[in-house]
Amino acid sequence: MEITQQDVEKVAQLARLAVSAAEKETFAKQLTQILGHVDTLSQYDTTGIEPTATVMGHVNVFREDLVRPSLSSEKALANAPEREVDGFVVPKILEER
Amino acid sequence: MSLHKLTLCELQKQFQAGEVTATEIVRAYFLRIGQVEPKVKAFVTQAKESASMEAEVLDRKLKGWRKTLPLTGMPLAIKDNICTEGISTTCSSRMLQNFVPPYDATVIAKLRTQEYILLGKTNLDEFAMGSSTENSAFGPSRNPWNLHCVPGGSSGGSAAAVAAEECVAALGSDTGGSIRQPAAFCGVVGLKPTYGRVSRYGLVAFASSLDQIGPITRDVSDSAFLLQAIAGHDPMDSTSVDRPVPDYMKALQKRDLKTVKVGVPVEFFAEGLDPDVEQSVRAAIGELKALGAEIKEIRLPRTDAAVAVYYVIATAEASSNLARFDGVKFGFRAKETKDLLDLYMKTRQEGFGPEVKRRIMLGTYVLSAGYYDAYYGKAQAVRTLVCQDFDAAFKEVDLIVTPATPTPAFKLGEKSEDPLQMYLSDIFTISVNLAGLPAIALPCGFSKEGLPIGLQLIGRAFEEETILRAAHAYEQSTQWHLKKPTIR
Repeated sequence: MEITQQDVEKVAQLARLAVSAAEKETFAKQLTQILGHVDTLSQYDTTGIEPTATVMGHVNVFREDLVRPSLSSEKALANAPEREVDGFVVPKILEER
Repeated sequence: MSLHKLTLCELQKQFQAGEVTATEIVRAYFLRIGQVEPKVKAFVTQAKESASMEAEVLDRKLKGWRKTLPLTGMPLAIKDNICTEGISTTCSSRMLQNFVPPYDATVIAKLRTQEYILLGKTNLDEFAMGSSTENSAFGPSRNPWNLHCVPGGSSGGSAAAVAAEECVAALGSDTGGSIRQPAAFCGVVGLKPTYGRVSRYGLVAFASSLDQIGPITRDVSDSAFLLQAIAGHDPMDSTSVDRPVPDYMKALQKRDLKTVKVGVPVEFFAEGLDPDVEQSVRAAIGELKALGAEIKEIRLPRTDAAVAVYYVIATAEASSNLARFDGVKFGFRAKETKDLLDLYMKTRQEGFGPEVKRRIMLGTYVLSAGYYDAYYGKAQAVRTLVCQDFDAAFKEVDLIVTPATPTPAFKLGEKSEDPLQMYLSDIFTISVNLAGLPAIALPCGFSKEGLPIGLQLIGRAFEEETILRAAHAYEQSTQWHLKKPTIR
């Protein structure tokens, strides 16, 4: 299946990834090629075959909801690209009235 | 003999006997790193200061009362996608260039409890996505056997560091072959444990249903020794399995392979297999037979599907795992953005390299409305078929032997322009991750150009003992693991 530059733009938007004009062209070509290979999977009959999401057959793992030691806010904030005293700084989301 | 020449088990013995101090070990290794690292470029971060300090503290403590643990004073290198508290963990990405984890991965906490010494963090393909380390934001590592060749990937830095004797052993991670392929390319031993055997807590997630941490070592005994230190259940990783950890060193005591049935899958000896690789692997199979194993031809008919299944499932999982890199709580943030959405989009554009972007795009595409069933659903169903192939095979045999890679190490730049060709080079390792099985890669010969060739042994789930035993018996009857590269 042919992946167009419009497809790339749409997927990039979903992935929250800005792409340049050059990237759009390259990705369109490369994704078309890779998905062409993926299309070979259609030769395998999977009627009635259960999908495998994880191999060990895990089910939900539960634990008691206990208070435990956790990261201090200082440690949690230490890697923030931008911070104020005790919080992460992000651009304004809501407009002022 | 110089300390850097010793294996982990040998060095451990000398240290336990008090014949060598931790300070001497650390000094010897940084001397070695100083000599070869400018050529090999295995490390992203060297931890000389903290390693020297830890060694001093250990030596002082041991002077008073010589009580040691199995890994006390042992100098290891760790792949830079495994979190180490206080030491930067970059994933070889601009996105995490300045990230210093506030906590240790469970494997690191285990090693720390045993008083290991961290020499440094090793290079990888960005976020473990690649087969050559050429996708590292900090430049590729080199193959110690030939500096024009790639060391493999994604754990290429760890494999190169072990081969170049820049650490006694290392940890890597394996999502589609990222421990075994670089181990094969660098002539060392790489083990991918069963999915769930080793905790993934603190391993920066790439594809959560496939990732597994494992040892990269100079020989099979070291592999068993290091696996022992990191295996086991962890409540912090809900996919880690609560099963007792056997004594892996004990599994090595049997030196023959009588009563062991070894399967040779015909699909792995098809077109595209390098003649030198085929010859070495066939000779290795002959050796296994000489050791008493019963050799049997088997079929894994869905082998051809593995690469396609993998690149749908792994990229789908990666696209959601990597959504966390948004420039808010940690990592890189783009400058001069006009609003929150713009901040997300530009941060990710500038922070991620081309291969990571390609995989995020592919993963987002196969999960998007209208394509989910055709791609993701289909890939998950074919994954079931791949697992069924292994189930059927393991009813007939105890382990499966294959080449670890179709060719020896390729040249830098040879495949970097063609992502599909790069993906197809993982064909022999990928199906093992899809089925969650344990597998080991170990040296079994050299190509005409003098590059190492790797043998792969695949076992049943949680039967690491069987593959270690067979690998050890083979290693003891051959000399390949004793050959060392001349770095020039």
